[in-house]
Amino acid sequence: MAIARLITKAENEDPEATIALRQLYPKTGRAFLVGITGPPGSGKSTLTDKLVKELRKRNKTVGVIAVDPSSPFTGGAILGDRIRMSDLALDEGVFIRSMGTRGSLGGLSQASHAAIKILDAAGFDYILIETVGVGQSEIDIVKTADTTVVVTVPGLGDDIQAIKAGIMEIGDIFVVNKADRDGADRVVIELSQMLELNQNMGEWFPPILKTVASRNEGIIQLVEKIDAHKDFLNSSGELIIRRKERISNEIFNLILKRVSVEIMRKLAEDNWENELAEILEKRKNPYDVIDRVIKELLQ
Amino acid sequence: MVESKIRVLVAKPGLDGHDRGAKVIARAFRDAGFEVIYTGLRQTPEQIVAAAIQEDVDVVAISLLSGAHNTLMPKIVNLLKEKGAGDKLVIGGGVIPDDDIPGLKAAGIAEVFTPGTPTSVPIEFIKANVKK
Repeated sequence: MAIARLITKAENEDPEATIALRQLYPKTGRAFLVGITGPPGSGKSTLTDKLVKELRKRNKTVGVIAVDPSSPFTGGAILGDRIRMSDLALDEGVFIRSMGTRGSLGGLSQASHAAIKILDAAGFDYILIETVGVGQSEIDIVKTADTTVVVTVPGLGDDIQAIKAGIMEIGDIFVVNKADRDGADRVVIELSQMLELNQNMGEWFPPILKTVASRNEGIIQLVEKIDAHKDFLNSSGELIIRRKERISNEIFNLILKRVSVEIMRKLAEDNWENELAEILEKRKNPYDVIDRVIKELLQ
Repeated sequence: MVESKIRVLVAKPGLDGHDRGAKVIARAFRDAGFEVIYTGLRQTPEQIVAAAIQEDVDVVAISLLSGAHNTLMPKIVNLLKEKGAGDKLVIGGGVIPDDDIPGLKAAGIAEVFTPGTPTSVPIEFIKANVKK
């Protein structure tokens, strides 16, 4: 109950959430964060459901953050990931929260980072973050997971191209779901060829697994790979590097956000409308104005 | 603080497999700017209440066509109260005889919407009654 309310406060940028997060922060860092991303319809929710069940068999508690896009027009959203996870609703060791992207600049990543910390401090062993792998903000969240699982399916045609452009670099584990369909082996081959082309791969070569999540096939192997990657991150020191990068990005984004609010407030005070008119009439140019604003700001 | 979004759980308890109405209302709620959590068919009251609490929704909208409304709707209200979540607005919709509506309201269902109601009616009702 308290967890749920606090996440809402964080989503609404309620100052009480920041106060709580200050106190919670020292208790974070125990949970292992797994990002799950892939195109719509690739079976991420079903896969997440089965992963949670397998982790529960191993006596691990699991938090799930399921992110779906908000409508850019109305700000509303239909968050349907729970449909695939309804058997988990009554399990005390599982907490599922659906979040809309709410569209705005970095808003999603801020709220989801807060939600992750809240679940982490609450003591969940694993936190799974499920997002559609399209769009920068979704990729940002997934990028900050300890282990990122990229899900695809056979028969999407140009989808491999999309993966190549966007999220090929961030996958620690690749899953070809719905692998009972024709073409699964070809997707595996294409993925492995693309991975081999990746330079500076480091010591971890991302495994490619075939699953049929709806029939629970390949799930044990996936959990084993996640744990293998977890061990690798720990033994190689990579975990600390990743987490340092994550907190650095998060702090930077929060500072940017606060500063941009300040800038907007200041501009509004500074007779901004008139200045804009002058710029449009070419009596001023944008670049001088930018220099002046920054100079004033840094004073 | 940003303007807080109204979050609504659209729930289908019991055994009827008809979720057309639930999907139509979910979409109308989304278009009204609400965040809608849809949990799918054949949910038990316990599952619905657990989801409502974890998702911290403001509203639980129950769609029911099976005739079991007199049992299932009050059960959801009572479970919410038991779990300390009695502040959530609970509304119902579906094929519900007029004679049953006073009893449902007495049991804590804030409003009941029957077939033919324009989607704007529950939307306005939610906007007017959610405590923000």
